[in-house]
Amino acid sequence: MNTITIECLRYHPESDAEPRFQSWPVPFTDDMSVLQGLQYIKDHLDGSLTFRWSCRMAICGSCGAMVNGVPRLTCETFLRDLYPGPVRIEPLNHFPIVRDLAIDQADFLGKLQSVKPYIIPDAEPQGTYLQTPEQMERYYQYSKCINCLLCYAACPQYGLNDRFTGPAALALLHRYNADSRDAGKAERMEVVNTEDGVWGCTLVGYCSEVCPKGVDPARAVNQNKIESTKDYFFRFFRK
Amino acid sequence: MKRSNKPIFWSLFGAGGMLSALVGPALIYKTGFSSQALGYERALLLAQNGFGKLAILAVIGLFLFHGCHRLYHSLHDFGIHVGPGLKAAFHGFAAAGTLAAAVLLAHIS
Amino acid sequence: MKTYIRPMSGWWKRNPFYLWYMLREASCVFITAYALMLLWGLYRLQQSRIQYEEWRESLSSPLSFAFHAFALVLVVYHSWTWFKIMPKTLPRMPLPDGLVVVGGVAAVVACTTALMVLI
Ligand code: SF4
Ligand code: FES
Repeated sequence: MNTITIECLRYHPESDAEPRFQSWPVPFTDDMSVLQGLQYIKDHLDGSLTFRWSCRMAICGSCGAMVNGVPRLTCETFLRDLYPGPVRIEPLNHFPIVRDLAIDQADFLGKLQSVKPYIIPDAEPQGTYLQTPEQMERYYQYSKCINCLLCYAACPQYGLNDRFTGPAALALLHRYNADSRDAGKAERMEVVNTEDGVWGCTLVGYCSEVCPKGVDPARAVNQNKIESTKDYFFRFFRK
Repeated sequence: MKRSNKPIFWSLFGAGGMLSALVGPALIYKTGFSSQALGYERALLLAQNGFGKLAILAVIGLFLFHGCHRLYHSLHDFGIHVGPGLKAAFHGFAAAGTLAAAVLLAHIS
Repeated sequence: MKTYIRPMSGWWKRNPFYLWYMLREASCVFITAYALMLLWGLYRLQQSRIQYEEWRESLSSPLSFAFHAFALVLVVYHSWTWFKIMPKTLPRMPLPDGLVVVGGVAAVVACTTALMVLI
């Protein structure tokens, strides 16, 4: 069995003025993820280490952290790939640290709510909605988002200005706007059209690189710049 | 929620980005590294012709709008948070440059 | 709730991806300066042949040479990134992403060839 050093950023608000690194040697087997490394530390070395996780299979979106400076799901990142290390783990960038690796997601949750991430039908639904594969293909990739926030940790514009609606919320906004069953586009365009909507983006593009689910938030955001531009100029003709 | 006026400037930024991506490399090569390029007669001919005037105006004006828009965003990237005043100054600068080019072109006949 | 917010200073040094982004954005300095240089040339052209030739003369100075060299590298990089991300910036296309990029690059090659011959 090999051993790898895990350095973890720690912050306990009641005793620390600012975060500090602490490292532990962690024995690991080939099948162990970074998350399991953290669990080893918590179970055997330091029970006070705080981090979030649930599914251990890249679907709940709660275990995101910076692994060697890159936003990753720790449950699908393997220690064997980081050997010989050391492995540096930090809480997701751009979010306030609550405790150790746990970040405050409240800001994102508010934004998620603001984009109305649900189908707004134009009339009482009459039975089953029908949708062609072509219509489904228009939004399908965006519907795979698991709200893991890796894309926010990748986005310097969000770090520089946390009023920016940000990649995942805008991708989800687009997911509903692009759905043939939805009629809520006009309401959502109000969010898109603001300075902190799509216009907070300068297309760094790293969000789409780090997404573990193959969502392309940069595409959703930038195609909505065109939508917003159309909305801006054509509103005068519509009435 | 307040609508942003970015669509106007972003369109100009985009047009300038597209134009500079297409013709920027060749233009820069010609003015920088080819001594035969842009002789007086040919340049004058170009600036006298209506289509030529439009091309010159597009290159100067759209390059300026593209560049100034990005410059202003870069300041933000460097942590210098520009207020609406400075933002207007950047776009105003691009507009003034475009206007200057238009006036000069109108004087060449 | 007491939380800790980490500073953003020097963020572009944290990841090579950001450095490439900053390099792309740096092209705007040269594109702006280049437009101003052309504007100056237009002013000289409008004055007289002598003044215009003076401007052309100044283009062969070492300073101008260095400026053009940097500008060329960055604008070529701008051009490449512009078309590389075009599938994300254009409205939804019925074409595969790769074809959009190839189309963009082909357009650059066509424009470059045309300008090389024409001016
Ligand atoms: S878009 Fe991708 S990276 Fe962003 S929250 Fe959703 S799944 Fe995570
Ligand atoms: S633990 Fe659920 S995504 Fe990693």
